[in-house]
Amino acid sequence: MIDLKGNKAFVPYIMAGDGGMETLKEKLLYLQECGAAAIEIGIPFSDPVADGPTIQKAGIRALKEGTTLKMVLNDIRAYKEEISIPLILMTYLNPIVAYGLEKFAEDASEAGISGCIIPDLPLEEEDFILPMLDRNELSLIRLVTITTPDQRIREIASRATGFIYAVTVAGITGARNDFSEELTDFLQNVKSLSTVPVMAGFGISSAEQVVEICKYCDGVIVGSKIVDLFHQGEKEEIKRLVGSIKGVNQNILA
Amino acid sequence: MNQTYRLPDEKGHFGAYGGRFVPETLMKAVLELEQEYNRALADQEFQAELEKLMKDYVGRETPLYLAENLTEHAGGAKIYLKREDLNHTGAHKINNTVGQALLAARMGKRKVVAETGAGQHGVATATVCALLNLECVIFMGKEDIRRQQLNVFRMKLLGAEVISVDAGSGTLKDAVNEALRYWVTNVRDTHYILGSVMGPHPFPKIVRDFQSVIGKETKRQFFDKEGKLPDALVACIGGGSNSIGLFHPFIEDTSVEIYGVEAAGLGLETEKNAASLAKGKPGVLHGAMMYLLQDEAGQIQEAHSISAGLDYPGIGPEHSYLHDIQRVNYKAVTDDEALEAFQLLSKLEGIIPALESAHAIAYAVKLAAGMGRDKNIVVCLSGRGDKDVQTIMDRTGGLG
Ligand SMILES: Cc1ncc(COP(=O)(O)O)c(C=O)c1O
Repeated sequence: MIDLKGNKAFVPYIMAGDGGMETLKEKLLYLQECGAAAIEIGIPFSDPVADGPTIQKAGIRALKEGTTLKMVLNDIRAYKEEISIPLILMTYLNPIVAYGLEKFAEDASEAGISGCIIPDLPLEEEDFILPMLDRNELSLIRLVTITTPDQRIREIASRATGFIYAVTVAGITGARNDFSEELTDFLQNVKSLSTVPVMAGFGISSAEQVVEICKYCDGVIVGSKIVDLFHQGEKEEIKRLVGSIKGVNQNILA
Repeated sequence: MNQTYRLPDEKGHFGAYGGRFVPETLMKAVLELEQEYNRALADQEFQAELEKLMKDYVGRETPLYLAENLTEHAGGAKIYLKREDLNHTGAHKINNTVGQALLAARMGKRKVVAETGAGQHGVATATVCALLNLECVIFMGKEDIRRQQLNVFRMKLLGAEVISVDAGSGTLKDAVNEALRYWVTNVRDTHYILGSVMGPHPFPKIVRDFQSVIGKETKRQFFDKEGKLPDALVACIGGGSNSIGLFHPFIEDTSVEIYGVEAAGLGLETEKNAASLAKGKPGVLHGAMMYLLQDEAGQIQEAHSISAGLDYPGIGPEHSYLHDIQRVNYKAVTDDEALEAFQLLSKLEGIIPALESAHAIAYAVKLAAGMGRDKNIVVCLSGRGDKDVQTIMDRTGGLG
């Protein structure tokens, strides 16, 4: 899905509807221009149990704006030609269930979406929606975490499409200053078991962390920090953060 | 319903409901819990320990009491009360927390997290944690902390840390969200003692099994008194644990009519209720597929009930299934009807019920009135009402 061409990828996350639906297109185009390899688009949910305070608050703001999954798909469909990088939806399961599984997969595909991340859909339950996603050529991006045993990582890796999302903390989303010492072992382990790219996410918030973590995997996903910077109107800072991946890639070439 | 009833299946599904819809970080813990629970079921020593605590610490078995004055008042079927209010800590919740705390200890987890609505589950959790020397963190909605102050203080006395949850409506759903987030972050050394028959598999099964002691005792006690099966069972439903505990041992007894009572809050015609079956549709929340109060876009709605323990926008997966196959009849009772039943039982029987249980009483009185005097109803009196006295005083202006 993501064409790495030997490069490392920076994948930002934004909350759809935070700041108003009319800002979604602008943000997507801006992140594309900054050098994002793909963009994760969060759909707000009333009960986001995998998310920390920053994304929870962004979700509440987006819900206050009246944001729905349907609005987001309609919006993106209108300008999908202007976006050349993959768009990935990150949504809890219930908004999809309420939408209707088949209808959702069709509409997402038509809006040019490449894949979905569904944080409350583990391996055990994915048959519930996989056929609909498959029929509409949407990848299901699966997560592995520090608590996932090796045998299970193997099983998840064997089914993986698009990329594997390696969760860098035992915990919820939110910017962090430090990562545990086992993180490098974990990423190297997932990398060795996976045939698709491995992207690390949860808690990554600085250019220094991007550089460090990219040594052990194929790229990073940055959520809370990007959401926060958009909310503060710090667009230059976003450019700098997303741009940090260019430094990483130049060093690989050198 | 002639075939034997054996659910959930091995993946934790009750028909289309249940399952394990949790973040990957929790899957290891959820799978481990299932394994450990299965081992404990087969372990004589565990079962003996559980039985001993249920008898000597919780005070089981609880009486099955014929409420003659209430029966007289209703003017129809005889009304028996299964006295779960007489358990240690004053509600059925401890049947589950004793079992789960023993499981936590078996798994080598010395820390426990739990959510609470009315505070009864929080108190029951804090109690067994004190007994077994486990660290205890309880999440409770801000609104619930306001209306259940007595229980907040009890939890603190018992050594638990009580954390207030401001998000959403500050009630049970929000407390479950925070408890789940805490569990995701501390899963390696922490067990989550879920308080009702909800959440990811195996919780709905484990909680049901531990609560089934209610129905098993009832069946035996009723047979001793009347030499047959009761005609009807009635219990209130928040997540659905006291009700499934009473119902489960009777599910295959098709002559027994079963009634679950949801909270209708200000009325089913309003938005302010907690009647997930009457007003909701299937969806996924807190790890399970179940009926949920939600809007068109799948956003979960805030529930409303005067009783904190019923103030939840979902209903456990097994109830969702029993509703669909029509084995259990689900009814709803308003705040006002529950308040009336609260005072009625206090005056007629000298028993102050929990506001939750008052919902069951209210429906049972109506049901009894329409049944013959030769019929029998068993109501689960899930808890005692001391914790609700402040709410009642505020609502009634102190009865004059
Ligand atoms: C006394 C009492 N009854 C009933 C309930 C509702 O829970 P459940 O439906 O799980 O029995 C509660 C919950 O706090 C309670 O305290």
